[in-house]
Amino acid sequence: MNKQYIDLYKQHSPSIKKHSAEVMNRYRDSSFELFAKLGFPTPRMEDYLYSDLREPLAVDYGLNINRIAIPVDPYEAFKCDVPGISSHLYFVVNDMFFPAKNSVPLPEGVIIGSLKDMAGKHPALVEKYYAKLSSEKEDGLIAFNGAFAQDGFFIYVPKGVMLEKPVQIVNIMRSDVDFMANSHNLVVLEEGAKAKLLVCDHTMDNVRFLANRVTEVFVAERASYEHYKLENTHNRNTNLSTLLIEQKESSNVLTNIVTLHNGITRNTIEIALNGEHCETLLCGMVVSDKNQQVDNFTSVRHNKPNCHSNELFKYVLDDESQCGFTGQLVVAKDAQKTQAYQTNKNLLLNNNARIRTKPQLEIYADDVKCSHGATIGQLDQEALFYLRSRGISGKEARLLLMFAFMADIIGNINIDVLQDRIKMMVEKRLRGEQSKCEGCVVCQ
Amino acid sequence: MSEDILHKVTNEEYKYGFTTDIETEVIPKGLNEDIVRLISAKKNEPEWLLEYRLKAYRHWLTMEMPTWAHLDIPEINYQDIIYYAAPRKNAPKSLDEVDPELLKTFDKLGIPLEEQKALSGMAVDAVMDSVSVKTTFKETLAELGIIFCSFSEAVEHHPDLVQKYLGSVVPYTDNFFATLNCAVFSDGSFVYIPKGVRCPMELSTYFRINAVNTGQFERTLIIAEEESYVSYLEGCTAPMRDENQLHAAIVEIVVMKNAEVKYSTVQNWYPGDNEGKGGIYNFVTKRGICKGENARLSWTQVETGSAITWKYPSCILQGDNSSAEFYSVAVTNNYQQADTGTKMIHLGKNTRSHILSKGISAGHSQNSYRGLVRVNKGAENARNFSQCDSLLLGDKCGAHTFPYMDVHNDSSVVEHEATTSKISEDQIFYCNQRGISTEDAVGLIVNGYAKEVINKLPMEFAVEAQKLLQITLEGSVG
Repeated sequence: MNKQYIDLYKQHSPSIKKHSAEVMNRYRDSSFELFAKLGFPTPRMEDYLYSDLREPLAVDYGLNINRIAIPVDPYEAFKCDVPGISSHLYFVVNDMFFPAKNSVPLPEGVIIGSLKDMAGKHPALVEKYYAKLSSEKEDGLIAFNGAFAQDGFFIYVPKGVMLEKPVQIVNIMRSDVDFMANSHNLVVLEEGAKAKLLVCDHTMDNVRFLANRVTEVFVAERASYEHYKLENTHNRNTNLSTLLIEQKESSNVLTNIVTLHNGITRNTIEIALNGEHCETLLCGMVVSDKNQQVDNFTSVRHNKPNCHSNELFKYVLDDESQCGFTGQLVVAKDAQKTQAYQTNKNLLLNNNARIRTKPQLEIYADDVKCSHGATIGQLDQEALFYLRSRGISGKEARLLLMFAFMADIIGNINIDVLQDRIKMMVEKRLRGEQSKCEGCVVCQ
Repeated sequence: MSEDILHKVTNEEYKYGFTTDIETEVIPKGLNEDIVRLISAKKNEPEWLLEYRLKAYRHWLTMEMPTWAHLDIPEINYQDIIYYAAPRKNAPKSLDEVDPELLKTFDKLGIPLEEQKALSGMAVDAVMDSVSVKTTFKETLAELGIIFCSFSEAVEHHPDLVQKYLGSVVPYTDNFFATLNCAVFSDGSFVYIPKGVRCPMELSTYFRINAVNTGQFERTLIIAEEESYVSYLEGCTAPMRDENQLHAAIVEIVVMKNAEVKYSTVQNWYPGDNEGKGGIYNFVTKRGICKGENARLSWTQVETGSAITWKYPSCILQGDNSSAEFYSVAVTNNYQQADTGTKMIHLGKNTRSHILSKGISAGHSQNSYRGLVRVNKGAENARNFSQCDSLLLGDKCGAHTFPYMDVHNDSSVVEHEATTSKISEDQIFYCNQRGISTEDAVGLIVNGYAKEVINKLPMEFAVEAQKLLQITLEGSVG
């Protein structure tokens, strides 16, 4: 399957380049060379131990290299399922960015748009950041993205500007045939800026999809950024998402990755703390059943002293779902006074479910406080008994406990309406009901 | 102040470094089929064992040295190693026939071969280089039906047992170093505890690597029949050498129904000098299987030596209700590297395992814990608790933790926790306040930190282990 895409690139690289931006093309050939060398990752690689992507990658997907417009109006076809959310709402269908329709005016200097278009309008700005993090990585999926991605979204918040309302990007996969989309996104927060981004993943058609998205986020000095990712797709979707975040001095980042419904998902989240006094909170949850596969690979790199990081991931697994978690925590040589904590907790509800977890610490400095913990287990029988002895049915008692288990992750969502919505979705999900969103094809 | 102490520690010389001049019989350098045949012939081995070696050797040719460990291993030239060395005077009949030089060496190490043997109550099977030199207390053990002898003797006298169990826990295809060992293993120990017998004494083997440039490829096989019990000790010191020495041993343990085996190691091979030159490479495969119900196996190790340690004593919990334990203290100093941990494979119902690992890094060393806890579908109600703590004694060393957990059923509970820290100023200050010098305070704290593991060692070993901690980290240990 590597060869298939290598040939494809060799044949079509002129068209790929033609329908993309110059700055993106600059990295294209080197990315391709790297992909040709590395190929797609396999579970034999340490970082992809828990992601078996061979089956979804072998599917013969269509690619929209010539970027033929899709006759769809996402503002009509898709109703956002977070009621009452007031946000700057944008859609990305496959890899096409749809500008805002009834747009709330953006504060001055804030840019939100298609990366390709913005590279034309603000070349210096895009050039300064594009691929600065991703081109450093020796990773087959990122290299593939570098070779094939033609567009994505671009968010720029200038110095000292605070975006009151969250920016919401809804990724929709739409096609009549099995389809693959690659996109490369860029988020830049200048000094002291503040923004919240909500990315939702959805699928519209019942075909096989594969999305390979790379998002680079640059958080400058004293800036504050929140990144929420909510996945609610169908079981024939493969979502490969890479989030690379760079933090500068005294910046603050919150990342919350929620996977409720999906096919095969691989989330790579890498946070580099490249300035002193950074704070980062990385959370995530997975509720999985049937044949869902979710692998969250996280890496927090303390490159400078005096930073704090905290990581919390929780999973509830049912049926035949298989999930993985890797929590890499690297404290560089001179990153003294680091405080880094990591927790991964998992509930297994079915004998056929499988969880693999690897919370690893790599510490090269001595004046640090680091700890990690991981547990795999079941609901506490005594707590269940307590609830039942007070007249709560077994089913409700279990639900209550599972919900309580997830509560601290949900608590780390600082957009109230979104928090309520996710609360409801998780509850429905734990009850085994579909939390159906309009315009979304829900799996059988 | 504490920096001075750490500096002193880093400059501590290896105290047990000395060599003995005993003529050793060596075969040419290098490895090929003829060498494998020659080793086998020198040891008068039966045909099946030669076949086993050759099978392993041919498989080894197809393998590559693994690179996944968090270690920086200089390239090893496998053709530059002498694969067999034996002291000339084979099988002495009594102590008088043992080379006095050898006895002196043992004396320096405090091995109770002579009158000390009665006092210490240990049966010592001293292995110098590759051939067993002396076995004591054999008669006492023989009365109970216990077999405790060198591996070659076991091949000669109990071929059926050896053939039945050799490779049953670690197959010859297991990994690069294990396969190499299967092809060229020289000698080792063999223990068989018959049904219902409780071994009355601690069985102990002292290993020494002695001849220049000879890799030591030990093979240990321990079989505990139903309802038996044995505690086995392995301790190592090695003379100072400049050239790197490769050690790739295999230890296999079979624990039957209701039996219990305790395996303790104190390892203090030459770790290389202050610049990281020399030192021993220790690439060992240790694995035990709890075959029957209620079987128990425990590994306890104190690792202070070796330039590079790559070692994962593992347990396969096959029998229902069986349990396994792993207790480890790993200390690295100067340029030492250690990647060590355990594997607990839960197959049977209600199996339990406990992992306690304490790492201490100083100097420029890198110390990693790597452990796997795997619970298979059939292992209902399996339970594991792992704790791995790291203590850093310097800003140039590293402490790493790589735990892998893989659970495949809904009735098991697996927990892991790890912390990394240094000795805090507060702790030192607290001790200083009470009139304890900084040096003593560091000692107290490190000893307290390792105590949980050291307490699991048999008495004689606990004393040695504490001494080793002191030697390795002298200055910071009071």
